[in-house]
Amino acid sequence: MKNPLETIGGTILTGIVLAIVLNLIASLIA
Amino acid sequence: MDFLAVIDRWLHILAGITWIGLLYYFNFVQTPAIAAAKADPDGPGPAAINKYIMPRALFWFRWAALVTWLSGALYLVWSPFYTFWGAFTFGAIGGRIGDTIIGFGAWLGTIMLYNVWVLIWPNQKKILGLVSATDEEKARAQRTAFLASRTNLMLSIPMILFMMGFAHGLLF
Repeated sequence: MKNPLETIGGTILTGIVLAIVLNLIASLIA
Repeated sequence: MDFLAVIDRWLHILAGITWIGLLYYFNFVQTPAIAAAKADPDGPGPAAINKYIMPRALFWFRWAALVTWLSGALYLVWSPFYTFWGAFTFGAIGGRIGDTIIGFGAWLGTIMLYNVWVLIWPNQKKILGLVSATDEEKARAQRTAFLASRTNLMLSIPMILFMMGFAHGLLF
């Protein structure tokens, strides 16, 4: 599988997914 | 202390814009421009970018990163809404919800500062010829600096969300 950080689109998409996942974790522990 | 905290937060945001603005410039403009310049046999090449733009951009980039982190850390100490150790333990110390939220931003920003000073800047010095390096070392430095820069672009997306989160709300 290609590293998503190779492209701008893949990098931004990974950042959005990470934001959603971390937001879910934060809402569980807050 | 509230007055100083407001000044410090102001500085934090100004330095943060300088840092992340240059990060976006590197990723959205300069890296593709250098690749295009290298691929264009009839063009002037990337030498002028590397000689005149890159050192200046990297100067503001790395020092803005440090000022952003230090002023952010100071704000955690001075702000009535957060504590430093509360934030870095996601609210485990002190039990404040604001610390839990800003803690994610603080950790992401800290990882990004590490990437700037430990991965990007030392490798850029090799790429730009500020320190001696073989062609093989330069190629490896280019790859490491590229991936660290892309990682920071990726991390900046959740980082901004969590920096805004306590005052302006999270996604859900």
